[in-house]
Amino acid sequence: MKKILAVDDSASMRQMVGFTLKKAGFDVTEAKDGSEALNLAKQQGFDAVISDVNMPVMDGITLIRELRNLPNYKFTPLLMLTTESGLDKKSEGKAAGATGWIVKPFNPDQLLAVLKKVIR
Amino acid sequence: MSIDLSQFFDVFFEESFEGLDAMEAELLNLEPGKEDSETINTIFRAAHSIKGGSGTFGFVSVSDFTHVLETLLDQIRDGQRVLTAEHVNLLLKSVDCVRGLLSALQAEEEPDLSESHELKARFEAILGGEESPVEEAVTAAVESEALQSTTYQIEFKPEPHLFKTGNEPLYMFSELAELGELEVSAFHDAIPDFLEFDPEDCFLHWRFFLTTTREEQAIAEIFEWVEDDAEIKIEACGGLFDDEPAQTSSAPQIGQNAVTAPSESSGDPTAENLGSVETVKPDVETEKAQQTLAAVQQKVETVKNTKTESRKSSDSGATSIRVGIDKVDSLINMVGELVITQAMLSQIGDQDITESSIAALQEGLTQLAHNTRDLQENVMRIRMLPISFVFSRFPRLVRDTSQKLNKQVELKLVGEQTELDKTVMEKLSDPMVHLVRNSLDHGLETPEDRIANGKDPVGTVTLNAFHQGGNIVIEIMDDGKGLDTDKIRNKAIANGLIQESDELSVEEINELIFMPGFSTADSVSDISGRGVGMDVVRRNIQALNGSVEVTSKQGVGSTFTIRLPLTLAILDGQLVQVAAHTYIIPLISIVESLQIDISKVSKVGKGLEVLRLRDEYIPILRLYDIFSHQGAREELDKTLLVVVESDNYKIGLLVDDLLAQQQVVIKSLEANYQKVDGISGATILGDGTVSLIIDISGLIKLSGLRRPGSTELLVDLKGEEAEPA
Amino acid sequence: MIDQVGVNQQLMFDGESDEKQFLTFMMHDEEYGMDILAVQEIRGWEPVTTIPNSPNFVRGAMNLRGTIVPIIDLRMRFGIDAIEYGPLTVVIVVSVQIKDQQKIMGLVVDAVSDVYSIAEEKAKDVPDFQDSDNAYFVHGLVNVGQKMVVLLNLEKVLDLSDKSGLKG
Repeated sequence: MKKILAVDDSASMRQMVGFTLKKAGFDVTEAKDGSEALNLAKQQGFDAVISDVNMPVMDGITLIRELRNLPNYKFTPLLMLTTESGLDKKSEGKAAGATGWIVKPFNPDQLLAVLKKVIR
Repeated sequence: MSIDLSQFFDVFFEESFEGLDAMEAELLNLEPGKEDSETINTIFRAAHSIKGGSGTFGFVSVSDFTHVLETLLDQIRDGQRVLTAEHVNLLLKSVDCVRGLLSALQAEEEPDLSESHELKARFEAILGGEESPVEEAVTAAVESEALQSTTYQIEFKPEPHLFKTGNEPLYMFSELAELGELEVSAFHDAIPDFLEFDPEDCFLHWRFFLTTTREEQAIAEIFEWVEDDAEIKIEACGGLFDDEPAQTSSAPQIGQNAVTAPSESSGDPTAENLGSVETVKPDVETEKAQQTLAAVQQKVETVKNTKTESRKSSDSGATSIRVGIDKVDSLINMVGELVITQAMLSQIGDQDITESSIAALQEGLTQLAHNTRDLQENVMRIRMLPISFVFSRFPRLVRDTSQKLNKQVELKLVGEQTELDKTVMEKLSDPMVHLVRNSLDHGLETPEDRIANGKDPVGTVTLNAFHQGGNIVIEIMDDGKGLDTDKIRNKAIANGLIQESDELSVEEINELIFMPGFSTADSVSDISGRGVGMDVVRRNIQALNGSVEVTSKQGVGSTFTIRLPLTLAILDGQLVQVAAHTYIIPLISIVESLQIDISKVSKVGKGLEVLRLRDEYIPILRLYDIFSHQGAREELDKTLLVVVESDNYKIGLLVDDLLAQQQVVIKSLEANYQKVDGISGATILGDGTVSLIIDISGLIKLSGLRRPGSTELLVDLKGEEAEPA
Repeated sequence: MIDQVGVNQQLMFDGESDEKQFLTFMMHDEEYGMDILAVQEIRGWEPVTTIPNSPNFVRGAMNLRGTIVPIIDLRMRFGIDAIEYGPLTVVIVVSVQIKDQQKIMGLVVDAVSDVYSIAEEKAKDVPDFQDSDNAYFVHGLVNVGQKMVVLLNLEKVLDLSDKSGLKG
């Protein structure tokens, strides 16, 4: 079973993403900010990471940059959840090493459809 | 896959309200010109999360509105715009507005959008209309109307670093394959010599012919993430090509139509067959009837089971509580201990009872009592929240109110971490708001008056909370002008509450403000003093088994003191017997219990008995009479009198006997029945029977001892009959 | 007395044609039915705690696994003479929505009888009930074989704040 790390400071988003991915047959671990996610990612391997951008403690861009620099996450799909008003965040994210982005708001089906581009 | 998003609504609402609270608190901390980036960031994140969540869960009215908020905050955060006082005011109003929208949505009502539209317009004016309205379609798969298929030629030549972005060409090709018929050719001409070959780089490039009914946009979307990391060309070749394009090269082909879409299994077999129904003739014979009963029971059971499945959890009244993990952990520990004790006891129970095992049994039972008490205390702690949940709304309230009143006020909060029961907290909020407004409006003077009196022009209101015994005490203090006793006295005389000739102490005069319909404000402002008075505050607090008092010193200030039990869920009770019935009297309201000295009982008025007890006259209420119970002891010398106090009045309750004292868990009688006068609730005794808890102040009302709407007993303390009005 | 025409119109069914299941019980030699979905469980009679100054048909309060549940004597609610409770006397525990609140109550009846599937449209409107004070509580009448079953409107039977159907 492929393992996905879902990072969001909003519990409802985290639950929604987590629930959707679990139903789709992924093994999901949740984290509430970048720092917690980074620690988890160092302890265990994930096949993909989906992270919100705006979070306390450590934001999503920093998380992606840190992850991409880890040898184990060199090729791992790192997706960011962003809003349509954060267009410049997309390029900032790409520069930090993000694989791609998912634009909020999205529904579970859209999430899974987009995810198929990077993990199956 | 279909996922019911409504299952996440509760969490969404909860965190959104928390986010709004955080926004509000941070906004109040902000001083334009001196804002620090972390505060702005926190506010931004809260708005951002609410927007994201509301968009995701389909609350468009909220996401539309928070979008402009977020845009403004984003610009301030990025330093493109300077925060002004106007922004702060507008943002605070928006917090209220969003709270209103969310509350309506949570209650599944149609939200009132007029305010949000107005505020949105103001934000857009500030943003200078540069912000284009959000019109991105959120709809999922775009169903193409034109079913005509087109063939596209796609060139895809990634940069060598493609893999390091985490993108996987194979999956993208699978996506393409799902759009229609796909032909793939891969080119390896760019692969370098072995010595220069880096296995982490991508040297292949591809050409596709895709015949699809979908639009070019769908193809572009697949390559959206790698636009900057590859050369991508998508061209419609339409009729220029044959249906089967010739293979362009002999390059190795990869992953042609390799992926099949995962088939979804759907349609859960929940066909509910309630079973056929045979008809049994009703029979009066006991045995047969019993059989029927059993059969019917079974059917009811079956129906019930299917019912529970189909019943939706539409219980919108359910609220949740956030509990620290440490509290949960300590509960788990305690349950662990309980399990050990239980194991120990059952081990003793399995053996033959000997003298030594009796000692062990007693020890085990002591242990069990200990465990149970600990567990109970800790379960209660779950419901306990710091009073900061209530206090936190006051900075905003004080700010807004003092602005309206043109007063300068500093608010001090003390003891914010003092914990109390969540239910009590919810009911405490309104009375406190009233008292604080009252202090601001009537207590504190204008800066001019303060200066004239040699005071700091800035007034102080202090909210102080602390535990005292089994109670929580909350003080609302101001350093204003204090209660004007002359004015209160005159007003009370004018309202007919007291007589001109009445001699009242300062305390007694101050007490008058809690009388119904009393208001000393010269003018009725919209801050306080309209309709609801201090009498309502007192009544609300008394409904929580609490009390409120005022002390005041003219020219120095006033202090309102609220006392409340820490929890509403448990009560120390005195069990009493009335005829064949057992009632519970809250221990906290019992002054003393005594045998009646008949020589000190006299009758006043229409048969009301009063007992002279030291310097006081205590009216005697015969509980059996009030509750219409037959068979109770009626002779005063064979019964007991429980003297109780409520609303500062003492009365004696006549009971047959005093039974045990014990802690009881309060259960609602109203939930399934209705309010019963003189009864505040029910509990379940050790033997499983129900016992009712006496509501003292309700009982006084029920007995007719007090005039409706008055706080005076019909019997005054001098033992003479007072004429009913 | 309330306007019977108005009441009868209220008793019309809301167009469901599905068969519904009804639990029936005996009272005063008549068979009454209630929607089985409202029934939580059926218990034997056991003593209850008197609620002071309650109407005579409220027998008291019972502990149902930690919940305080009021117990209503249906005979007395309908103004039928009370009888001694015997071994067949049962308490039907129902859950009913009364004015936006879900309430659990117990109903004391003479004995339970059966469960029938009845098509809603088969139920007849209440005929001329001018003589009866209890028409207010009736949802409809239905024939099962040779017998007639009175289907009750539990919401009305158990709305204790509503005095309109009661004998004075």
